Amino acid sequence: MRMVMCREATRLMSKNLDAPLGFQERMSLKFHLAMCGACRKCNQQFQLIHDAGKAFEEKASSPPFDTNDQTT
Amino acid sequence: MASWPDSSQSDTSKPSAERQRRLAAVRPRLLAFARLQLRDASEADDVVQEALITAVEKNARFEGKSGYETWVFGILKNKILDALRAQKRHGKWQPWSDDGVEAAIEQQFQSSGRWTDVARPSSWGDPENTLFSERFWQVFDSCMIALPDNIAKIFTMRELMGLSTHQICEEAGIKENNCWVILHRGRLLLRACLEKGWLSEANK
Repeated sequence: MRMVMCREATRLMSKNLDAPLGFQERMSLKFHLAMCGACRKCNQQFQLIHDAGKAFEEKASSPPFDTNDQTT
Repeated sequence: MASWPDSSQSDTSKPSAERQRRLAAVRPRLLAFARLQLRDASEADDVVQEALITAVEKNARFEGKSGYETWVFGILKNKILDALRAQKRHGKWQPWSDDGVEAAIEQQFQSSGRWTDVARPSSWGDPENTLFSERFWQVFDSCMIALPDNIAKIFTMRELMGLSTHQICEEAGIKENNCWVILHRGRLLLRACLEKGWLSEANK
């Protein structure tokens, strides 16, 4: 397995949001994340940014039952 | 007019007062979406206007499978894609220049490939709460605007419009590998900007 550093790990976590990773890539990323707290945070935040796009539209297309929409 | 066989449909072809009210209510949100994607206020105004007109004209086609607003958003997304294609045809897409992006990313990493001290990610708190926070969206908006045009275009096609990287390659005329590189840069830049804005706001 190829050892990767943070910069390369961020490339893999980004690609993971767009396409399936190869086996080697997946293992390299998994191993790095197991060791690196900063990259675990980065991975969560990339995921959050990814979800934010969808959330933006959901928020924007929610029906206006209440103008100050605080429904849960 | 009255002799046309389908004239009986004209009653349902006009949006009800309720739908007209909902169209007016969703308009600012359509605009916010289109502005982020097209990065040009007057173009965004135009596509939203076109989308609203289409929603009115095709009113009878709304089948209620999704929410009404979601249906209108679908129309807007198609109009945005048309506008992006027109931008591209008219040579309005900036050439792929670096614009200091590489330098900004270099600052996030040491030569060893580790995070630099200033760029090392901090915790943002509970992701669920983050997305429900109005402040987060304000920071998100300003960070999106701060992204370089080229990157933002690809990034929003992926993350706002939900296109696959394969579709983006076709629209943008770039290789998929290039697309991944651009998205990686976009995410690194946006992450850094969000962290700066979000945590500084949170500590106020």
